[in-house]
Amino acid sequence: MSKLCSLSEAIRDHVHDGDLIYCAGFTHLIPFAAGHEIIRQQRRNLILARATPDLIYDQMVAAGCARKIIFSYMGNPGVGSLRVLRAELEAGRLEWEEYSHFGMISRLQAGASGLPFIPMNQTAACDLEHANPSYRRVTDPYTNREVIVLPPLNPDVAIVHVQRADANGNAQIWGILGEQKEAAFAARRVIITAEEIVTEEVIRSDPNRTIIPDFIVTTVCHVPYCAHPSYTQGYYDRDNEFYLTWDKISETQEGVQKYLEEWVYGVVDRNQYWNKLGDETHARLRVSPRPSIPVDYGDY
Amino acid sequence: MEYTASELMTVNASRLLSNGETVLVGVGLPNLACNLAQRTHAPGLIMIYEAGVVGSRPSRLPLSIGDPTLVSGAALVCSMYDLFSLYLQRGNVDVGFLGGAQIDRYGNINATVIGEYHHPKTRLPGSGGSMEIAGWAKRFYVITPHQKRRFPEKVDFCTSAGFLNGGNQRAESGVIGKGPQAVVTDMGLLTPDQNGELILSALHPGITVEKVIANTGWQLKVSEHLTVTAPPSETELHILRELDPQKIYL
Repeated sequence: MSKLCSLSEAIRDHVHDGDLIYCAGFTHLIPFAAGHEIIRQQRRNLILARATPDLIYDQMVAAGCARKIIFSYMGNPGVGSLRVLRAELEAGRLEWEEYSHFGMISRLQAGASGLPFIPMNQTAACDLEHANPSYRRVTDPYTNREVIVLPPLNPDVAIVHVQRADANGNAQIWGILGEQKEAAFAARRVIITAEEIVTEEVIRSDPNRTIIPDFIVTTVCHVPYCAHPSYTQGYYDRDNEFYLTWDKISETQEGVQKYLEEWVYGVVDRNQYWNKLGDETHARLRVSPRPSIPVDYGDY
Repeated sequence: MEYTASELMTVNASRLLSNGETVLVGVGLPNLACNLAQRTHAPGLIMIYEAGVVGSRPSRLPLSIGDPTLVSGAALVCSMYDLFSLYLQRGNVDVGFLGGAQIDRYGNINATVIGEYHHPKTRLPGSGGSMEIAGWAKRFYVITPHQKRRFPEKVDFCTSAGFLNGGNQRAESGVIGKGPQAVVTDMGLLTPDQNGELILSALHPGITVEKVIANTGWQLKVSEHLTVTAPPSETELHILRELDPQKIYL
């Protein structure tokens, strides 16, 4: 049964005020279009979880969508601070819960695996463990040594952008895999956004590339260019220029609000946003092909 | 040839890497240092990125450590959970590279907060992968400009462990990594002594011991075998500038 719907319908039906949401993607495949739609639909009191909040959560927090953030690296990668988040934290206006990357993705792994907690080795750095009571220690029953444990993270909604999916939600990704699969399996509801909707036959021609099976997917949206200014491997490049520009835009509240007015509230959907970016940006982000050599699964 | 402080640090950091090693590459200058090493004395350097890429051969300088150029032509891509567990926690990473706002007498790093954690004066990005890299890479290096505020006696917050309070404390904690083996600054190199205390072991050309001491927040000891580093070569600078033509880092 087809689960296709528009992104606007998906957010309307499956993202509610107060939800804990995980917009997946480590630098790659960040679902900016979904973040912008959540801003347009004025969701409030969300708990936003991501290893790297990135610009998407900087923008959602600036738009007043969130009451709390869960993260492990709150920077603009390669550029500097996420200025909105940093200011909110320093002013004490936003709750936060912090992990290391491995702590954060271990929590998702536990959530995705149905485990009550997950162990990891000690790192000898104890200050974060003291600052965040979710970090606990237990004695390894086999060696009697102490190990660090963390509880599962089970988001209400995971939003996962992929290169291609079929209408039922079987989803394929290549390039950086980040925590996409773990976020999907950990979440109660899964929204897939895809650059391309393909037939089930295309999916079944390369099953090793499928990381999310249709039966855990709630809904599927066809959203080309969903990830900009992040990227989709093989489809378009990361807009590094915009990541640098955001550092300037976010120097002032006025700059941020003006950006949101023009690029989020001022467009109806991702299609309009992409067209508004213009030919020059499109050309800059275009990527030359470098296909893999096909594998032969054999006809059994 | 003239060179900037960032170029000097990057070149010296790159020289610490050996051919055939596995290195977990961090964002910024470490990224440049590893890419420079791969293009000079360590063509067989295996670059691993915490995003889950192993054996990367980037054709351009990645601004972020999740850039698509890291993937095209790489040996392997895996999930972040696999990267941190199968590679780092299991002991398959030889070298880690870290930055940070503060580094103290015993090589502990703060990348989290200046001031009190729950009421931050200055909120920094936080650990990312650095807590585990410092704990579990077989050794790690730090690159940071030499300024007194960056080198306090003790860090405000220990994001990544060096030698803790010195002595055997780190070894006794049971972590598999041997800790920081050098701190590369724009004035010279600090390396740990037997007690895990960072001491001045090399100066860059034209820098005096007094200048380094004046820019360090504790009573910096000087090695009996103090050396002077070779200035960056034309080749090194040429490759480095090609890697970062827009001078985002350099």
